Amino acid sequence: MPNPILETRNLTKIYGQNIIFKDIDLKVNEGETIVIIGPSGTGKSTLLRCINLLTSNDGGQIFLDGKEITAKGYDEDKPRQRIVNEDKVRQQIGMVFQNFLLFNHLTALDNVLIGLTKVKKMSKEQAKTKAMEELNRVGLVDRADHYPGQLSGGQQQRVAIARALAMDPRVMLFDEPTSALDPELIGEVLGVMAKLARDRMTMLVVTHEMGFAREVADRIVFMEKGSIVEEGSPDDLFYHPKHERTREFLWKITELYGKKEKGKADGK
Amino acid sequence: MSDFFEFFTRFLPDMLKGAGITLLLTAEGLSAGFVLGLLAAYTRVYGSKFWRGLAVGYIELFRGTPLLVQLFIIYYGLPGLGLTLSRELSAFLALGFNSGAYQAEYLRGSILAIGEGQMMAGRAIGMSRFRVIWHIILPQALRLAIPAWSNEPVSLLKSTAVVFLIAVPDLMAKAKSIAAQTYDPIGSYLAVAIVYLAMVYLLDVVLRWLERAARIPGFEMEGRKA
Repeated sequence: MPNPILETRNLTKIYGQNIIFKDIDLKVNEGETIVIIGPSGTGKSTLLRCINLLTSNDGGQIFLDGKEITAKGYDEDKPRQRIVNEDKVRQQIGMVFQNFLLFNHLTALDNVLIGLTKVKKMSKEQAKTKAMEELNRVGLVDRADHYPGQLSGGQQQRVAIARALAMDPRVMLFDEPTSALDPELIGEVLGVMAKLARDRMTMLVVTHEMGFAREVADRIVFMEKGSIVEEGSPDDLFYHPKHERTREFLWKITELYGKKEKGKADGK
Repeated sequence: MSDFFEFFTRFLPDMLKGAGITLLLTAEGLSAGFVLGLLAAYTRVYGSKFWRGLAVGYIELFRGTPLLVQLFIIYYGLPGLGLTLSRELSAFLALGFNSGAYQAEYLRGSILAIGEGQMMAGRAIGMSRFRVIWHIILPQALRLAIPAWSNEPVSLLKSTAVVFLIAVPDLMAKAKSIAAQTYDPIGSYLAVAIVYLAMVYLLDVVLRWLERAARIPGFEMEGRKA
């Protein structure tokens, strides 16, 4: 068994009196696509933000490539230097948000490019070539000069994916990437994600798109009330769930989103 | 009416000299005020408690007292503390500090309007906080601020008139001397008012151009998401 790229041990997050999630143990292996499902307000989004160090954890540890990224404090030899450079860690973990969060004053191309020039310190030409490659990967080369306000939601989300991919992350996190989209635009985003999964990008996806989960995920994790209830292959979870709660949730969500989901994942 | 026209053209060269100083003071005060205002706004939004308090103190002090009082304290008051400044420098400092306090509030409002999402997205690609503010938040905030901020140059241009009270030879000072020369205060002040009006009009043209030039398709108040 190879070492996981990403691992959380007993990861816990508390806001005041509220336990957002507790003792989350998660292992993500290289090239795996893991889908996290579960009712709203179960801490799925906060979990992703915690993994990306956008919010701090209140207990437990996170490891990226075997190194603890939640380590606090300063280097023993260089007392002014933190053990973990959070900015460096975030470069290695791509994040796609529910509401896209593109930089509104920049064109699609510049959205993808800015991390390369300002963070990775690439030359402008090098960065441009790389950024165009990433836009090509999400099928938006012809929209390179458009501003976010001129793009549809689906296109904006694909640019956001390209922006994250440009940093060559070890892992990609998706936080309900299609929840803010009109139904007819969901397919194009899931299509890009399915393609990434086929290219063996390591992905951790929070979504309510059960069609995508069933067809693309290597493993599905069912979370409820801040804990992992059950995890397993799509077949296990969808057809032989061990827990009553998993069965109930899946029944409800298929009722809600229905069968029209089928085949959406290979929408493109 | 033709008399007034003659009067106006006779004193126009003199008034333009004063107008030049008025414009110079406006430009200086606006620039200094922009730098100060940006610093104060930045500090007020992102600074630690101590610096935030300092910024609030500065803004409240200069927005809460009349410009004329500030000018007199700098020009007549500071020499008492052993600091004697020229008229021009005093005028520049008073206008700069005063305008900075107002500009800080315009800029602070638009920085806050950009929202936490942009910060999160910037951090997520590995930018430091400062980089996100510099490359992502401020370029958007400054654009967003333009329509409201456009009041400030116009207001400042007219406020510069107080400097004639410490004998800086600006447009207002010219009005006074023309009135004394001609014994025609109404004609003098009317003539000067027309010159002020013309300057404000030109300024408005420039500001509208700036607003158009900084526009980004789809990036308007209502067009922004999150």
